[in-house]
Amino acid sequence: MGMTMAEKVLARASGREVVRPGDILECSVDQVVQVDLSFALMDKVPTRVKSPEKISVIFDHSVPAPSVKDADGMAIARRYARKFGLKLYDVGRHGICHQVIMENAIALPGTLLACGDSHTCAAGALNCAARGLGDAEILHAACKGTAWYIVYPTVLFELEGNWGEWVSGKDVLFYIADKHGDFVNHNLEFNGGAVEEMILDDRHTLATMCTELSAEFVMFPADAKLLSYLRERTDRAFEPVSSDPDAVFESVLPIDVSDIEPYVALPHSVPHNTIPIRKLDRVRIDQAFIGSCANGKLQDLSAAATILKGKRVAPEVRLIVTPSSQEVYLEAVRLGYVSTLVEAGAVITPPTCGACFGHHMGVLARGERCISSSTRNFKGRMGSSESEVYLASPASVAASAMTGYIVDPREV
Amino acid sequence: MSGTSWVFGDNVDTDVLAPGKYMKSGIEELARHCLESVLPNFAADVRPGDFVVGGRNFGAGSSREQAPEALRHLGVAALVAVSYAGLFYRNAINLGLPAIVCANAGRIRAGDRLNVDPEAGRIENLSTGESLDCEPIPPHLAQLLRDGGLMPHLEKRLARERGIRS
Repeated sequence: MGMTMAEKVLARASGREVVRPGDILECSVDQVVQVDLSFALMDKVPTRVKSPEKISVIFDHSVPAPSVKDADGMAIARRYARKFGLKLYDVGRHGICHQVIMENAIALPGTLLACGDSHTCAAGALNCAARGLGDAEILHAACKGTAWYIVYPTVLFELEGNWGEWVSGKDVLFYIADKHGDFVNHNLEFNGGAVEEMILDDRHTLATMCTELSAEFVMFPADAKLLSYLRERTDRAFEPVSSDPDAVFESVLPIDVSDIEPYVALPHSVPHNTIPIRKLDRVRIDQAFIGSCANGKLQDLSAAATILKGKRVAPEVRLIVTPSSQEVYLEAVRLGYVSTLVEAGAVITPPTCGACFGHHMGVLARGERCISSSTRNFKGRMGSSESEVYLASPASVAASAMTGYIVDPREV
Repeated sequence: MSGTSWVFGDNVDTDVLAPGKYMKSGIEELARHCLESVLPNFAADVRPGDFVVGGRNFGAGSSREQAPEALRHLGVAALVAVSYAGLFYRNAINLGLPAIVCANAGRIRAGDRLNVDPEAGRIENLSTGESLDCEPIPPHLAQLLRDGGLMPHLEKRLARERGIRS
């Protein structure tokens, strides 16, 4: 009986030949990533670390510091990184951690990565078994080099068919949320011809958003596209994993992407709460946001610029755009996306998680409504508990910013 | 352990348990706003030893430990739910807050008095006389809970290692 991708990584990391769903394992973690927010909130900083070369510190949640507490946290993090010689992605060399993890090949195929942010399964797009851990566990992983994992059953999604206009990984996720709801206590694996066609950015979006279905590990194949991306970014050796032909999946769910159209998630949750935008009555918006670990990538700014070129954001709407890293920001400047978006009336913020978690750079007032390309629509997520967040792809957000109400991008 | 149950539905998320805007106000203040957007009187009226009961996907969302920490701070003795988002489940256990998986959690009504044995995986509903089978907490995690969570567990382990060395 063979193993799935995630099972293979967990078997290696726990020093076992075989692991099966239900096993609880103590695993050696290959990479540990710590973020600024943890340092602002925690009362303990490690006095020893296990393997400094395996730890990165990335500033993303509160950049640049909007409060003294945030600034103090970053000062603590800088001293910590300096003391142990850790790789530090400080302000100006930073980005949302999952983007930085990808751009700098901190996540590698076949490895196990732990990070203190919930959207860590994003790195599954790089064939890396990654999941978010709480602060206590991240400290444990930094100090001892290990973390505990439960092996969960795996569900395989086979994506085939042709991609429709303005249909992206975000829409696939909402389609899955509509048809199947959450995937609590399950690993997910994606493959098929339609996955092969996806660019890496879009796979990364889909992997990131699986957090909203409460999935555990999310794994994508290490194909030629991924390997050529990594070759440009690292010399480190790695060993990709693929599922055995006789791997045991709890279920195999085929998806024809030709059936998928631009989707929207309604307030205040994602599982079983998404519909095709076409079926939504006219919903007026106050704010449109393009950004976050899910959708602040180059592909996303490109989509927004394509839709908004020569157009204007509706007068009663504000459009906020947050590139997901300094690298993305600079490339978007070079390619002219930034000037197109500013000409249309957008505000561009520095890379940060800020607006997505209601911290800064786009907080919502009481009674306001936002269409957002970010990750979550929980009650009060982006500000007032009396505000509403609808989620959609960057193309749908850009189109909605233009019309002033939530609209299918194929209609503008 | 026995106490009164507070019942919530599916998809109770980390942001209603620990609202982002109070995250940096300290646990005292944060806990005062725990679940307020779905049940405004919860934090004021919950008593030490009470239980929080949920449906599917309890604790969906963020990695913030403050979500289970707020519940623990209010004195909640244990959680009972049909299922938990994995990250919340880990955080709860790591903070020493038992999270019990019970397929029949939906049979518990708000205000029911419960007697809960997390390690045996058994709930007695003292109000209805009903007994509910749950999944026992796995031994590896039960040990963490007995030590009071991951940090006390790690401190114990480090102390033991130091003892061996000296």
